[in-house]
Amino acid sequence: MKNLNTNGIGRTIPSQIEGIGNLELYTSSYAHTKLMTKSDALKPRPSKTKVVKDLEEAIKLSGLKDGMTVSFHHHFRGGDFVVNMVMEVIAKMGFKNLTLAPSSLQDCHKPLIDHVKSGVIKRIFTSGLRGPLADAISRGLMNVPVVIHSHGGRAQLIESGEIKIDVAFLGVSASDVYGNANGRFGKSACGSLGYAMIDAKHAANVVLLTDNIVEYPNACASITQEQVDYIVEVPSVGDPKKIGAGATRLTKNPQDLLISRLTADVIEHSGAFFDGFSMQTGSGGASLSVTKFLRDKMLAKNIKASFALGGVTGMMVELHEEGLIKKLIDVQSFDAEAAISMQRNPNHLEVSASYYANSLAKGCAVNQLDLVILSALEIDTNFNVNVITGSDGVIRGASGGHSDTAAGAGLSIVVAPLVRGGRLPSVMDRVSTVITPGDTIDVLVTDHGIAVNPRRTDLKEKLKNVPDLPLYTIEELKNMAYKITGTPDPLEFNERIIGLVKYRDGSIIDVIRQIKE
Amino acid sequence: METKKLRRSMLFIPGSNAGMLKNSYIYRPDAVMFDLEDSVSVREKDTARLMVFHTLKSIDYRGIERVVRINPIEGPDGMDDIEAVVRAHVDVIRLPKTETVEDVLAVEKVIARVEKEAGIPVGKTKILAAIEGPLGVVNAFEIAKCSTRLMGIALGAEDYVTNMHTSRSIQGSELFQARSQIIIAARATGLYAFDTVFSDVNDTDGFLTEVNIIKQLGFDGKSLINPRQIELLHEAFKPSEKEIERAKKILIAIKEAEAKGSGVVSLDGRMVDKPVVERAMRTIALAKASGIRIEEAQ
Amino acid sequence: MEIKKEAVAGTVESSDAMVTIAPNPTGAIEIHLKSVVERQFGRQIRKLVEETLKNLKIKSAIVRIEDKGALDAVLRARLEAAADRASEQKVNWKERA
Repeated sequence: MKNLNTNGIGRTIPSQIEGIGNLELYTSSYAHTKLMTKSDALKPRPSKTKVVKDLEEAIKLSGLKDGMTVSFHHHFRGGDFVVNMVMEVIAKMGFKNLTLAPSSLQDCHKPLIDHVKSGVIKRIFTSGLRGPLADAISRGLMNVPVVIHSHGGRAQLIESGEIKIDVAFLGVSASDVYGNANGRFGKSACGSLGYAMIDAKHAANVVLLTDNIVEYPNACASITQEQVDYIVEVPSVGDPKKIGAGATRLTKNPQDLLISRLTADVIEHSGAFFDGFSMQTGSGGASLSVTKFLRDKMLAKNIKASFALGGVTGMMVELHEEGLIKKLIDVQSFDAEAAISMQRNPNHLEVSASYYANSLAKGCAVNQLDLVILSALEIDTNFNVNVITGSDGVIRGASGGHSDTAAGAGLSIVVAPLVRGGRLPSVMDRVSTVITPGDTIDVLVTDHGIAVNPRRTDLKEKLKNVPDLPLYTIEELKNMAYKITGTPDPLEFNERIIGLVKYRDGSIIDVIRQIKE
Repeated sequence: METKKLRRSMLFIPGSNAGMLKNSYIYRPDAVMFDLEDSVSVREKDTARLMVFHTLKSIDYRGIERVVRINPIEGPDGMDDIEAVVRAHVDVIRLPKTETVEDVLAVEKVIARVEKEAGIPVGKTKILAAIEGPLGVVNAFEIAKCSTRLMGIALGAEDYVTNMHTSRSIQGSELFQARSQIIIAARATGLYAFDTVFSDVNDTDGFLTEVNIIKQLGFDGKSLINPRQIELLHEAFKPSEKEIERAKKILIAIKEAEAKGSGVVSLDGRMVDKPVVERAMRTIALAKASGIRIEEAQ
Repeated sequence: MEIKKEAVAGTVESSDAMVTIAPNPTGAIEIHLKSVVERQFGRQIRKLVEETLKNLKIKSAIVRIEDKGALDAVLRARLEAAADRASEQKVNWKERA
């Protein structure tokens, strides 16, 4: 035998064996064990906790360097403290030229403006932008255009490595000392952690922030200990009042109710309404209220839904608990009711953004949808939809799951008032930004009338015999809108591109230009 | 058979409300009533008048009948109201607090003058007389037959119950006499009869109770104050499937009898005579006008 | 029509416009527009204001409009109402219609 060595425990072992190769020999019991710290203990063991002193410590340990990519989720919505808290420390520590890859950004993320100006942040990937930050970006704040993606698109970008997350900072409402964490329990409960699950799986380093350390092991774990590197305990990860701002209330606005009622009528006769159908709705206004009218029809015809996908709201939870919707598939819980439902309803499932909508994964949940109801800021005569730039050309919305669900669902319906805010047509010749391409949109329902995408001759056939359904072509609806408001002068933009809009497969579907002052 | 124009729902819109004036036709009531009277404050009578004037002139109400409730012509605003809305081609002027024949005739004179000045065919603008007090109820028949411009009479219950020293209730016994007089006067003169508003928008059950009461009394329609009430009212006024089936059977039986040359017809053990046939025809006409598809009998 | 004093008509509710008309000592028409739909309809609204003032035979006035998405019908109604109030004269409906 060649090359005999003595290993760390006194055994004589060859350093190499034919047919196997080199052997790495035992040195000591904890030589290759993670979480070992210097210790005088009689039996040195791996640390029982990943909780570090503070955020600064976690950032140091993560190995963050200039030019790297950091990520966040937006499950705390307008009540999020995490992004601002983390970026403040990162800025103070002097990092520069970072890429920010949150799943989305809200009004409360205004402090990021200063971090961009001071060079901390060089690039942003996000599904949505709102408030003063969006305003500033629309006016030309950033040298490199922001990249807008859908929820499914983000999962695809992360899984493919186009977004390579170096450090993910994930706020959770309950975690044990090893990082088994969820968003269901605790004062900052937000429900599903669907977007965070992707980051936890793929980021090189994962830092959890929590205001609620629970006893080990946390049995309910959407993020598990094998994914987590460090944990920071903070007083609050978010403002509970804004995280799950009460149940999303049904509208009483007669205009929204009219749209909802018409939509429910369209659905009833569309062929997508049968026992075992599946659906997804929006979170407010007319697109949420459709559920109320559908419920009446479901009871009348003894139809139950096999599942609802979302974007889960208290309204859907009610129907689930009534037995009208068998299962809830939840990538994001929109209100406190939905978050609480996850605690007690075993058929209220939590899924990742990839499971939800990644078009390049091996099948995603939106493909199973029979029906989705979407909102729109603008829709043009080709049925292309804009949900991100407002009537003044400023970014004030999100791509979200819009293009994902429209493409996956058997029937995708867009609801909108024909004229918005007194004098702004929703239907126009050309939208200012395309988020969702028209060939994935089947029907537009407005308070003045309904238009079916001419491709869908089958739908047109079914709906034209429904009494009292105000059917028009989309050109007719546009003309009706322009007749009421006058023909709008087109928005003017500068040449400079300040945003790229990625379609769900990663390709560029449109650009956003700087607004002209 | 000629289909009688449906006037089931009259949506009430304050004449000063820009948001409601601009698009209330989307709720598809049978008629809208732009109000210049009690819902408009004294200081804004002039601005509301101009709002309604321009709405009538340039906002396309998609064929929905447009009614304007003017102020009494004895006051400072009524005359200007008539000048403005007649020239803007309003369909119907609703006269508040109609008590006597003279009230109607005085307004008629003013309307005729304005129509002539404006080159509008004299007689084109119709009148709807709203009865809101006991004197008007007593005079209902006289009022109903006093002018060919009248297309209907209506009950305005809020003022009425105040005048009667009582209050509104859901089963409406306090309104029974007034409703009866009005519906009888309307039928005796070929006019439409309209019931009063139900103000509690959130009380759907109370609203439907009242709707069924007035439907049974024979009223043609009702004033509404919220778009949500339109759908409920139209649904309640729709003939039921059972009623439609029966009406079809009756009309088929009559046709068969005529073909055979027999006189008296009997259906399910009941005699089918002229009033029964007329009711059947009215049911079918109402069903069709309500959007129900009726396959024509052979 | 002569503008004798400052007068206001309308509200700042959505779909409405608040119009203030006042005498203009310099003797010309001055229009100040603040509109929520400035980019899309600002040009058309200004044109409508000029037309309306012309139809009312107003040669001199300062007109301030705070517009919350009012349609032409509402703009005309508010302009005329403010002008009528500012001119302190009764409306001649023969000419107005």
